[in-house]
Amino acid sequence: MAKNIQSLERAAAMLRLLAGGERRLGLSDIASSLGLAKATAHGILRTLQHEGFVEQDPGSGRYQLGAELLRLGTTYLDVHELRARALVWTDDLARSGGEAVYLGVVHQQGVLIVHHVFRPDDSRQVLEVGAMQPMHSTALGKVLTAFDPVAHAELVEAEREAFTARTLTDLPEIERVLERTRAQGYATDLDETWEGVASVAAPIFDRHRLPVGAVGITGAVERVCRDGDLRPELVAAVRDTARSVSRDLGAKPF
Amino acid sequence: MTDSHSGPFIAAIDQGTTSSRCIIFDRDGRIVAVDQKEHAQIFPKPGWVEHDAAEIWRNVQEVVAGAMVKAGAGREDILAIGITNQRETTMLWDKRTGEPVHNAIVWQDTRTDVLCKQLGGDAGQDRWRAETGLPLAAYFAGPKIAWLLDNVEGLRARAEAGDLLFGTMDSWVVWNLTGGVNGGVHVTDVTNASRTLLMNLENLSWNEDIAAEMGVPLQVLPEIRSSAEVYGTVTGGSLGSLLAGVPVASALGDQQAALFGQTCFGVGEAKSTYGTGTFMLMNTGEKLIHSESGLLTTVGYRIGEQDPVYALEGSIAVTGSLVQWMRDQMGLISTAAEIETLALSVEDNGGAYFVPAFSGLFAPYWRSDARGVIAGLTRYVTKAHIARAVLEATAWQTREITDAMTKDSGVELSALKVDGGMTSNNLLMQFLADVLDAPVVRPMVAETTCLGAAYAAGLAVGFWNSTEDLRANWRRAAEWTPAMDSDLRDREYKNWLKAVERTMGWLED
Repeated sequence: MAKNIQSLERAAAMLRLLAGGERRLGLSDIASSLGLAKATAHGILRTLQHEGFVEQDPGSGRYQLGAELLRLGTTYLDVHELRARALVWTDDLARSGGEAVYLGVVHQQGVLIVHHVFRPDDSRQVLEVGAMQPMHSTALGKVLTAFDPVAHAELVEAEREAFTARTLTDLPEIERVLERTRAQGYATDLDETWEGVASVAAPIFDRHRLPVGAVGITGAVERVCRDGDLRPELVAAVRDTARSVSRDLGAKPF
Repeated sequence: MTDSHSGPFIAAIDQGTTSSRCIIFDRDGRIVAVDQKEHAQIFPKPGWVEHDAAEIWRNVQEVVAGAMVKAGAGREDILAIGITNQRETTMLWDKRTGEPVHNAIVWQDTRTDVLCKQLGGDAGQDRWRAETGLPLAAYFAGPKIAWLLDNVEGLRARAEAGDLLFGTMDSWVVWNLTGGVNGGVHVTDVTNASRTLLMNLENLSWNEDIAAEMGVPLQVLPEIRSSAEVYGTVTGGSLGSLLAGVPVASALGDQQAALFGQTCFGVGEAKSTYGTGTFMLMNTGEKLIHSESGLLTTVGYRIGEQDPVYALEGSIAVTGSLVQWMRDQMGLISTAAEIETLALSVEDNGGAYFVPAFSGLFAPYWRSDARGVIAGLTRYVTKAHIARAVLEATAWQTREITDAMTKDSGVELSALKVDGGMTSNNLLMQFLADVLDAPVVRPMVAETTCLGAAYAAGLAVGFWNSTEDLRANWRRAAEWTPAMDSDLRDREYKNWLKAVERTMGWLED
């Protein structure tokens, strides 16, 4: 049996100690309770503090459990919270890009559309909130798969239907696209899901830099493409929007 | 892409209840820059709420300068400034020093409750409804002026000597922008004046009899002007160097500004703003409709020399604040947005109905003896059903106001334009469309209040030529279409009305 990592065991013991009856403990109490040298205990406490699992009271210098620990159990971001935070930015994107905007999250083996802003013309459009899009062929799906390991695992498992002649279904080929997506920070879909429709999407991160969703713009190839690829200014606008929403969710500037 | 940051622009100042903001708009009605600053809420006693008007004016100057910097705009880029404001908040200032003589009394402040009852006398709260369109309630400005004059030492004498000026926040901001003690213009617009209980709706002039009854000397009152016209130009002060000569060209109360920003220019067009409470206004055109159903009659807007456009107004006291109550008092959710997640975990309300008559029932019932009720509880009901009932309460209350508006005006609602924070709640918006049996439409610019002030100012200086120009700027961001079976809708409405009945008469006095 592999040997356990001693410092992790000690950190766990510290957290249990702080979670016990006495809420705040000084360094010497902690060190002596666990039979550790003060310097060792201090090193571990500092690391835990850095991760937000432990907080130090500025007045007394005593330690207590950190807020981060409380958040761990419920760390997932509510999709409706995501929509509320994204609302202003996605309106702006639709307005400046002149096309429909979608916000998607991973759900089972596809992309669940959680927010949709109409293309800003007077045409009849139907709200697509609640609809599912495929993971392997859409820009939203590719971005989620590239950045979210859970989505990636789903993609590998899922059946990959060829919707058009341009849909990629071969896993190694898709992996190469995902690698490029990770490198460039966005993904595109050119006729790969619907004939004549193209889209570009970028990832939204929370404050832990975890991918929580993707935002993208979708429109007719004739309008959104130039020289056979998505117009660079649309790509830039989508990435700006993704950054703005991420920033609102507490992600550090990147 | 048309993302360029050069003028011409219109700047809109939104002097709101919790903050002052300045938003700069381009010709397409798109936001170029925003700046915002909160001011202190002062609570001297339970039920009393005040603002420091001097602080507010400092903040207004800061946010205008701030937004100009963010937009990279200079004086030549700004064609006009428009103003929208928290309605009814009342202040008096010394016209020689420019200093407020007391904190402003905020619209929610209830200190004039007793005074309003006294003023109503035997006729009750509808004593001046025919003239002003309003019930005698503590919100409105007139009795707040009277309270200040009677309760702050020396004010009545100074007012009668002609030293004091009254204003709602629009008047205060316009007076200061146009020079303050050095020739500032003392005006208010028809929408703000229509919230004082002192203006004749019919001819848009001060009602001298009511003013006399209330004890408000006419010399403190501002001149009543249109919502969209040039009142003066920016002069002196800290904004003088930045914006000297720029026309100050609109003023509208916040809800009327939202009606304007939503481009509800046609008879029967309505908007509803979903915040902590909800305000719904319906354009009734040049026709002044006296409500038989407990709605308020108010001026919607008046453009230049054109005829005024009237509106019916219904407000719901508790909508978003019910979701906050679920979060803060009940602890059933941790963020407001989670109400939707919780509500979506069940198919329906499980038979539960929540009538949040926390401080009585407002339009169309006006029953102060009512208190909140959760009706239809069985062993089956979970917190998720209650979450549904919470959202449904907002929709049903909107339906009741809509019904009252239809009854009063004879105009069926064709579509409801919505704005405010709760429009991000997809389940609520769909349910709203279902119970109204009309499409619910969200515009692409969420800042409809500021946009309305900008539109009115832009019309006044010819930046836009007509309301048709403005309509062309309006963009639909989302539309929810009714999908509920009419039998189900009728049954649910009946249940809701039954629950409403059960709130009444709880208080006995």
